[in-house]
Amino acid sequence: MAAEGGGNGLALYALRRLINAVPLVLGVVVVNFVLIALAPGDPVMSLIGEYPAPAEYVERVRQDFGLDKSVPERLWLYLVNVAKGDLGFSFANRQPVLDLLLQRLGRTLVLMLSTVVVASTVGLFLGVIAARKPGSVTDRGATGFALVGYAVPEFWLGQILILVFAVLLGWLPAGGFRSVRVEYTGMAASLDMFRHMLLPMAALSFRYMAITTRLTRASLLEVMSSQYIVAARGRGLSENTILWRHALRAAALPVVTVIGYNFGFIVAGSALVETVFGWPGIGRLMYDSIYTRDYPVLLGILLFVSMTVIVVNLITDAFYAVLDPRVRY
Amino acid sequence: METAAAPAAGRSNASAAWRRFRRSSSGVFGLALVVLLTLVAVLAPVLAPYDPHTTSRAAFMPPLAAGHVLGTDNLGRDVLSQVIWGSRVSLMVGLAAAATATLIGVLVGALAGYLGGWFDELLMRITEFFQVIPRFVLALIVVAFFGSGLVNLILVIGVLSWPQTARLVRSQYLSHKTLPYVDAGRALGMRKFRIMFMQILPNAMGPVLVVASLDVAQAILLEASLGFFGLGDPNLTSWGGMLNTAQTFIRRAWWMSVFPGFGITLAVLGFNLFGDGLTEAYDPRMAPR
Repeated sequence: MAAEGGGNGLALYALRRLINAVPLVLGVVVVNFVLIALAPGDPVMSLIGEYPAPAEYVERVRQDFGLDKSVPERLWLYLVNVAKGDLGFSFANRQPVLDLLLQRLGRTLVLMLSTVVVASTVGLFLGVIAARKPGSVTDRGATGFALVGYAVPEFWLGQILILVFAVLLGWLPAGGFRSVRVEYTGMAASLDMFRHMLLPMAALSFRYMAITTRLTRASLLEVMSSQYIVAARGRGLSENTILWRHALRAAALPVVTVIGYNFGFIVAGSALVETVFGWPGIGRLMYDSIYTRDYPVLLGILLFVSMTVIVVNLITDAFYAVLDPRVRY
Repeated sequence: METAAAPAAGRSNASAAWRRFRRSSSGVFGLALVVLLTLVAVLAPVLAPYDPHTTSRAAFMPPLAAGHVLGTDNLGRDVLSQVIWGSRVSLMVGLAAAATATLIGVLVGALAGYLGGWFDELLMRITEFFQVIPRFVLALIVVAFFGSGLVNLILVIGVLSWPQTARLVRSQYLSHKTLPYVDAGRALGMRKFRIMFMQILPNAMGPVLVVASLDVAQAILLEASLGFFGLGDPNLTSWGGMLNTAQTFIRRAWWMSVFPGFGITLAVLGFNLFGDGLTEAYDPRMAPR
């Protein structure tokens, strides 16, 4: 494959990254397999969970996973099952794990994506106004916010937000994802869901906002002392033009990578926040599955989330490569 | 990137680092928080007015009522005493898990960076794997399967937290192994492991300590998160566990939520700021990102 144009270079780069991801994906599946094998008690039981499953089903699982066979054979069988999308069956919820995850996925994604958008925007803004005048009151305020925001656990923040905005002020609902007493339709339903989402989103955003603020500030300060900015000043461009038009473009790049890198953390945060607010997504499912000892669901979530993190990292990498002309593929 | 080529210069280096550390006001504040946390944890039996496990009929007492400064919980246990004892779990798990992570990270990073070749490639793939896998979910499952005793918590968190240290140590070794003092060691016929751990390691320790400090903060946060999911050590009072109970009674007893969270936040903030101060001390050019 002779690479001729620049586009080919990017394609090759993407391909190489994709190939690099293969061992990661395999690793994730193998870890899952090992966990099942090491789980206390009968591995069949950890696949089924501690549920009174019919004997025929137990037997079927035993055969499906070939528990009478050797370890490599079993691993192969497991890989095949996973590749077919068979993540096991949840007896607590009486449906296949994959279906259950897909059903909950939407609500988690809504929460996570809006968090990423809001937190990145606000964080970027705070970072810029902080870097504008290093050492000023604004800078100290933004930096202080970033430090505290990075230290506050999301689930505690969620509880505090409930105490203030739901219990004390009564402005917003304390949990759930829609009103149960009134049936809304159309626009009103969306608005109702938005009202339910505000507090969880705020709780989840804080930490991420802090990371973005700190990073934007640091990379802006670095960029602002570089030669092309000095040159732009020399050309007599106003500080605002330089900041928003020239510097921010370069400084925003690390923020993009941070989305990929921190995606796993947002997933964890989302699990905690969903639990606080009773938001019926994947995180809440995780919490419930611990109490019902619904292990197949937990393992399915681990597999699912790991894959998602790998994919998101691939996407942000590609995005970065496209955005930054300096990246060699 | 590391210009200090001198082999471990000993005390004068350390005192210079301390002087730079003191100049960082956030570092000093962080150190103060860490010292405070340590004092509270060590002196818990003396400081706590009640036994944190003793229940009483005085449940849901608001703060300042009947000799309970921070009130009582659903079982009538004294919240202040629980917060004080909870600091022990956080500090122990934080320090021990970070130590475990640092140990693994240094070993992996040193071997990968110094030996290089396919071995390096392999170790870096493994490191990448540990960076990608969602720590919280995996820790949750392992602890749910194998029990959430203190030792398990420490090991799980430690084993899932070393990649950053490994990458850092590796890059340090890559830049150090071509420096004259390492060549000199080699020329003197020193063994590989002696060069790696007696010669190079002391010079690479500064940045490692920075990451270790940040690791303590992250470990405290992870332990609290697991505790909040009901997966803390069942025999010990932890801040995360307290918040798990508080969740159920949030409309009834705000004080059960508010105070343990301050503990977590201050502890995490303390180790984060301390790490910033250490950055200032060891590598001023890298100071607060």
